[in-house]
Parts: sequence; C-alpha cells; structure tokens
Amino acid sequence: MLNFVDSVQAAVAGIKDGSTVMIGGFGNAGQPFELIDALLDCGATDLTVVNNNAGQGDQGLALLIKEGRVKKMICSFPRQSDSWHFDAKYKAGEIELELVPQGNLAERIRAAGAGIGGFFTPTGYGTTLAEGKETRFLDGKWQVFETPIHADVALIKALKADGKGNLVYRKTARNFGPIMAAAAKQTIVQVADIVPTGALDPENVVTPGIYVNTVVKVAGSGSAAEKAA
Amino acid sequence: MSLTETSIKTSDAPLGRDDLARLVAKDIAPGSFVNLGIGQPTLVSNYLTEEQNITLHTENGMLGMGPEATGDDIDGDLINAGKIPVTELPGASYFHHADSFAIMRGGHLDICVLGAFQVSATGDLANWHTGAPGAIPAVGGAMDLATGAKDVFVMMTLLTREGASKIVDACTYPVTGVGCVTRVYTDKAVFLTGPDGVTVRETFGITLEELQELVPVPLKAAAAVGLQDQAAP
Repeated sequence: MLNFVDSVQAAVAGIKDGSTVMIGGFGNAGQPFELIDALLDCGATDLTVVNNNAGQGDQGLALLIKEGRVKKMICSFPRQSDSWHFDAKYKAGEIELELVPQGNLAERIRAAGAGIGGFFTPTGYGTTLAEGKETRFLDGKWQVFETPIHADVALIKALKADGKGNLVYRKTARNFGPIMAAAAKQTIVQVADIVPTGALDPENVVTPGIYVNTVVKVAGSGSAAEKAA
Repeated sequence: MSLTETSIKTSDAPLGRDDLARLVAKDIAPGSFVNLGIGQPTLVSNYLTEEQNITLHTENGMLGMGPEATGDDIDGDLINAGKIPVTELPGASYFHHADSFAIMRGGHLDICVLGAFQVSATGDLANWHTGAPGAIPAVGGAMDLATGAKDVFVMMTLLTREGASKIVDACTYPVTGVGCVTRVYTDKAVFLTGPDGVTVRETFGITLEELQELVPVPLKAAAAVGLQDQAAP
C-alpha cells in the first residue's frame, strides 16, 4: 500500500522500538537527513541501524547514536575523522558493531530484497571478518558464506517520485537507495519533488514503485543550506 | 644469477610520491577500467593521459569519474569513495551500490591501486586494520577491491618510519585479502608478487643487493629470470 504523507513526522510515525532500520546514503550524498531527524524526534529506541557509516559530525545518524537510540550498527566504515559520537559509544561499550565489508553489505542487502537465503563470496576469505563462517572452494577460489540483511524499515532519499511511487535518483546519491528499498518491509522515501504519474520515463525508473510504501516531499531535499531554509 | 645484478636500477635516487604515481599511471594499459584507492593511489589520476582512455570507477556508484570538483562544479550529490566532490566525464554512468560492487567482485575491473601497511611474499595484503587494542575497525570496500580486481597494485613506502620493511614473509597485521597483490610500487623498487615469491622489476637509487639487505624475503631480479615487464619505462 502506497501512502503520500505531508510531513516527515507522519512518515516515520509507525517505526517501533527494537526495529531494524536501513538508512541510505554514502557520506552526505543520499542521506535522508530530514527523515532521520524525524526518527530522532519520534523517540523510537533500541534500534539496529544499517548504513555504510556510523554517523558524521553532529547531525543525522550521529545524533541518533549520541542519544542512545541505536543498540547496534551494521556498517562497513564507522571510523571517520568526525565520527566522534559513534567512537565514544563504542569505546564505552554502549553500542554493538557488526563490521561488514562494503560489497558484502550491499550484496547482503540485495539478497534480502531478492529472496536469496545466502551466498558464497571470496571477499573476506582468510580475514578476521570471516571467522566462524562456512567456507567452500568454488570456481577455483575459497569463498565465504554470507547471509541476507533484512530490515523492518528503510529510510532513503530519491530525487523524484511519481504517483505510483516510482523513483529516480541523482548522481552518486543513488548508492544504497534501490537495494534498501527492496530489502525492507516498509520503505519510506523523501524526495525533492513528486511528479504526476506518467511524467517519469518508464525507461529511466530506477526503483519501481512496488518497493515503496511511503513518500514525503521535502522541499529542496538535500544540502545543509537548503535544510536550514 | 647474481644478486649484484644492477641493470634493473632505473633511477639514481628513490622515487617521490608523484614520480611513483607517474610510473603507476604509465604502467596502466590503454582502455583499462581502474579503481584508485583513497590516499596516495588517488595521485595516479593526475598522470593518466587522454590517449590512455582509462575509465575510473568509484565504488559509491560511478564509472567515468573525472577530476576533483572546484568552485561552481562542486555538487553534494557527486562525490567519490573518499567523499570528495568530483566531476563526471562524457560517457559516465551511475549505478547502485550492489551493482557497483558487482563490477568489482565480478572481476570486471582491470586494476585497482591500493595503499598498504604490509604485503607478504605471496601477495597477502594488510591495509584495513592495525589490530591495535581499542582501535575502531573500519573496512569499507578494501576487501572487495583486494579480491575482485584482475590486478591489485599496491603503492607504499618500502619502509615504516622505524625502518622495518613493509614487504614481509607473513603479514603481522590483520590481512585484507590472501594472495591478491600482483605488484608493489615503492619509493625504492617495484616488486612483482605471486605464488612463486617476490621478483624485483626495477630499483630506484639502490642496488638489488642493498635492497635485499632491507627486505626479509628472498628477491629475484626480473631481468635475470626473463620477467622484465613490457610496460616498464
């Protein structure tokens, strides 16, 4: 069921304590900042968050972590020059970390959306990140068994949605959006613009509306300057 | 074969970072699809020529990446894996993260160039984690790049600040990939690594004999074993 809502608060209202939440974005590109802010305000806690990083600076996911709402992070690259809120929680033992090679993160998310129960990949073989996992010698290489990552909710950002929930993205802001949309039970999308059904060229649709549940328009959805306006 | 073989010394002085980047760029075959890691490998892009027709991949979802963006060209939606604003070249394409890593993991990239803490005699790579107690681990795409590209080039200084060789018999840092590195470009020499051990293609400001004193694994001279790389300058 596809809903168009008027506010980011309404968009995230159904997110329950203990949920697994995928959050799109790589760096600031494609991060649904307004939806994350609304998630912070709605008070949901005890969350498992799936994102490439673990928050930067004093905004978005970093604040969710700072406020103690995140019990576990599943990500590939938590440590950055400005990931001080995650660093503090991690060093205090107040947040769990599942560190996943970035390609495994993407493929495990994709697998969840595609109904795949797991897959073998050479990535990580012989490393500490593959410890305890099943391995097989396939196609001339040692490979490691990896399982899908499912989520209750995905929060993503796209450029435009049409009336059917079809999405198009912009440049490298696409990143995790399409695969997270498919992997989550409920996909909530913030877009800069909602266009009439038929206005998107079907050849150019990146995420078909079947994967989308809730759409909210956030004016100028993007840069910090636009956010402040 | 004598270790006093000096014909592979191609420069009287060690190479600086830019000279090394220039050498790596020259060694990349025309038409290649290449991923340059964060840090020193990024310098290679400064020396790729138009005639080489190289397509750069960035793992956050783009082929055909152009130079770093400046001024009005800076666009928050167009960044590289280091989260630096970049530009797009004619013929560029965008794709989602799983497709981007399928390009890598599916063996479609010809070369990736990475930095490293250590490389073992058989091409094991350590570049993601020092393993120090209390260090927060972060891996990003390093393990995918190490195992996915057809050729994995490493760029690094040969010695640590303490003077220890980063080419080692076996990595003491946690490994990123096993037997994946094919070449190591350092300030003192270019090494070819593989199941048969380490071959020195050329040296800079040092003889093979002097190099052997620094590196704790047996070194062979490329010229002497007939492995002189065709692409060498």
